[in-house]
Amino acid sequence: MATEECGYATGFRDTLGALANPKAFTGAIDLAQVESGWAVSKLREMIRIRVAEEFVGELSESGEARCPCHLGIGQEAVAVGVSAHLKSSDRVFGAHRSHSHYLALGGGLTELFGEVLGKEIGSSKGMGGSMHLYGPEVGFHGSVPIVGATIPIATGAGLACKMDGAGGIAVSYFGDGAAEEGLLHESLNMASILKLPVIFVCENNLFSSHLDIHLRQPQNTIARFATAHAMPSHTVDGNDVVAVARATEQLVARARKGEGPGFLEAVTYRWRGHVGAKEDIDVGVRRHPEELVAWKHRDPVRRLADSLIARGAMAVDGVAKITEEMSADCTEAIDRARKAPYPPVSNLLDFVYQRGGK
Amino acid sequence: MTYAEGIRAGFGYLFKTYPNVFAIGQGLWSPWYVGASMTDLDKEFGRERVIDSQVSELSTTGAAVGASLFGYRPIVIHPRIDFMLLAVDQIVNQAAKWHHMLGGQVSPSLVIRAIINRGGEQGAQHSQALHSWFAHIPGLRVVMPATATDARDLLIAATLSNDPVLYIDDRWLYDWDDEATPIVELDLARQGPLVRRQGTDLTIAAASFSVRLAMQAAEELAKQGISAEVVDVRVLNPIDPAPIVESVRKTGRLLAVDGGWRTCGFAGELLALASESLPSSTWKSPPRRVTLVDAPAPTSKPLEDAYYTKASDVVAAAQSLI
Ligand SMILES: Cc1ncc(C[n+]2csc(CCOP(=O)(O)OP(=O)(O)O)c2C)c(N)n1
Repeated sequence: MATEECGYATGFRDTLGALANPKAFTGAIDLAQVESGWAVSKLREMIRIRVAEEFVGELSESGEARCPCHLGIGQEAVAVGVSAHLKSSDRVFGAHRSHSHYLALGGGLTELFGEVLGKEIGSSKGMGGSMHLYGPEVGFHGSVPIVGATIPIATGAGLACKMDGAGGIAVSYFGDGAAEEGLLHESLNMASILKLPVIFVCENNLFSSHLDIHLRQPQNTIARFATAHAMPSHTVDGNDVVAVARATEQLVARARKGEGPGFLEAVTYRWRGHVGAKEDIDVGVRRHPEELVAWKHRDPVRRLADSLIARGAMAVDGVAKITEEMSADCTEAIDRARKAPYPPVSNLLDFVYQRGGK
Repeated sequence: MTYAEGIRAGFGYLFKTYPNVFAIGQGLWSPWYVGASMTDLDKEFGRERVIDSQVSELSTTGAAVGASLFGYRPIVIHPRIDFMLLAVDQIVNQAAKWHHMLGGQVSPSLVIRAIINRGGEQGAQHSQALHSWFAHIPGLRVVMPATATDARDLLIAATLSNDPVLYIDDRWLYDWDDEATPIVELDLARQGPLVRRQGTDLTIAAASFSVRLAMQAAEELAKQGISAEVVDVRVLNPIDPAPIVESVRKTGRLLAVDGGWRTCGFAGELLALASESLPSSTWKSPPRRVTLVDAPAPTSKPLEDAYYTKASDVVAAAQSLI
């Protein structure tokens, strides 16, 4: 990477190699060990997330949704692959870009749109917005926009799982930017020392806000921190739901058996800006349009669909059909959310402390 | 029972009575790190429940927040409040906010225990009393016991509270004796200021170690024929102004004593809440405050002596009000 271009002499090392190259990994997904039914259901989940996020983007563009909305379009395979091995009793935590984490666990569309629109029907009763999703019934226990903040909270949830002794696990989703916070190091150390059942999932989309990873870190692989903390890790193509699911399965199995934490690094890319729906602004000081076009060829949805079609497990118009169905679901959910009331003003003071003393 | 024994008794009671209570923090297996306030608890209740942690204030506090979401009642311990500054995000942005921002559906019910450990030429980064900062945060209950009984019973109440609680104790209080009373499980939401000493000429309002100074000063003032009423604030947030206001309504004078700094400090808050609540006809003289000067703690002994408030400072301020 030309250091003159950015003004930093980073001595940067591209340790991810092909995984970070948009021109690689554009072809078929390896479905050899996979049942078609399973793969189709994962495809449906990814399309549900994509369509829902496109609607969130529209609500954001039109100004109807006022809260900051961080879209993860292009990154759907990570949450879907990870969630394939989670139970609703597990404890998952997200961050600012967490629509996919919430939806992949089965979080409701009405609750998502309701929250984004600030309505009482929302997942956080309209008190949180897009960056504060909550769905304990599906195992999603909270997301916050302070970068890295849920990493220790998930670690503590893992401590609780260990104390419960019932084989539950905790999952912490974060981005490559969060790996620049000291918090990650503290939490990995703690999880490793106490052998906690926590899966740390880094969605390495190569960007933190406007800065690409070359300008922020000396190497582009985040799994190096797991190595430092004596924790097994896998670094996979995050746009391949099968690869994500397979790596997760191994880490989850270890954690459930009490063998300690694991680290998954899923290399992916966001198609939109850091916040909001636009592709062309707020995307990064050096992000080139050609790079985005190339990454769109690495589309997790299209690749899985093509692979299923090649196998004869799906019709050629399969994606269009599922998309239509999901759009109808979203339209209905948005309609319900629009008609729902805003939270009462009394919430302002009623929710500061628990009601009824103690 | 000394104050330190009171804290230890609180832990003992909690560990014995509530299997979901655990403690985590630095120095918990050490015989000296947290004074005599937790001696041998790890031996008695096991190192699974009394966890001596890595030098990781932020992740330890976050882990306590996380565990508290799943039925546990963690007490995370910061042997010096100075070190706890590395954990402020988890306290201010996370613990104190989750209930509100997630629509009242969940509440981190943890205790953050922070110890003030001043003097002894330890200097600016080992001597701070930062309760005023934290009492500013809605959603966080802030408790500062002044007596051994309160040290014990408010620790228990804090742990049983469903809200996040910052419990601040002061090493300067550890040796103070109190008559041991039977343990009572208090509802923290109903605890507030208590009148520790009745008086008619002025009200001295204080918390934690400053209550000790106020009591000593009141005794000295009594010898001079001045009758001081001492109000121990105990719970700094959410604060119940009524007992303080009532006392000032009776005495017509208020002296606030605080072990923190003056600017934007807790003593200023006490003056403000009384001023706002009482008509000018109540006031026999304008309220005053005794605080630290706005300077970091020095190390060298003569400077330390000048820096920290003494009972005689409180006496002098009280005299100036009469
Ligand atoms: C503690 C903190 N510092 C800075 C920010 C501003 N901020 C919000 S998101 C973000 C980028 C995070 O990047 P990454 O963790 O890689 O996640 P991504 O946005 O790529 O999904 C930053 C710097 C913040 N929210 N919190």
